Amino acid sequence: MRYGPGQTVRVAARRHEGHHRTPAYLKGKRGTVERVHARFRNPETHAYGLDGLPEQPLYLVRFEQEDVWGEYPGIAGDRLYADVFEHWLEEAE
Amino acid sequence: MERAVHDRGGWQTDAAIDRREHELADWEVLMDSIVGTLGQSGVMNVDELRRGIESMPRAEYETASYYERWLYSVETILAEKGVLASGELDARLGT
Repeated sequence: MRYGPGQTVRVAARRHEGHHRTPAYLKGKRGTVERVHARFRNPETHAYGLDGLPEQPLYLVRFEQEDVWGEYPGIAGDRLYADVFEHWLEEAE
Repeated sequence: MERAVHDRGGWQTDAAIDRREHELADWEVLMDSIVGTLGQSGVMNVDELRRGIESMPRAEYETASYYERWLYSVETILAEKGVLASGELDARLGT
């Protein structure tokens, strides 16, 4: 596992044609690893008749709502949690 | 970055959210059980189900209901795998 709880990460902003689980609204956004879930088959190949191996680590990542939306009219301190695969994460300051 | 039709978190809309309860029709319950059975028997997995849904033409995706999308995907993926011949379902239904 490349990342651990408390580590700051950024979601890769790259394009990906085809099935993937990284939502557009998180691409390029900075967050913090909340916990490591486990390794799972990679849906990007598993969705195309392949075995999805090797399994990829999946993380629960925490985002401040302001960091995701820019302007956020909700309550200050609100957070958003999302599952992100390791190959979609980059190290960040 | 242009988004695929299903990737809609954060899309701005003025449309009201439909919060009404939806009673499932028999075919929808059946659709759910078919997908469960296909998964357990190793014929088709949930990633393929999602990929099939995401392959729907935008206009069809927008108008289809939840289980209509599942039906579209199952037919697409099973045809791709050769489990169903193209047009086989339509032929059996006489449509």
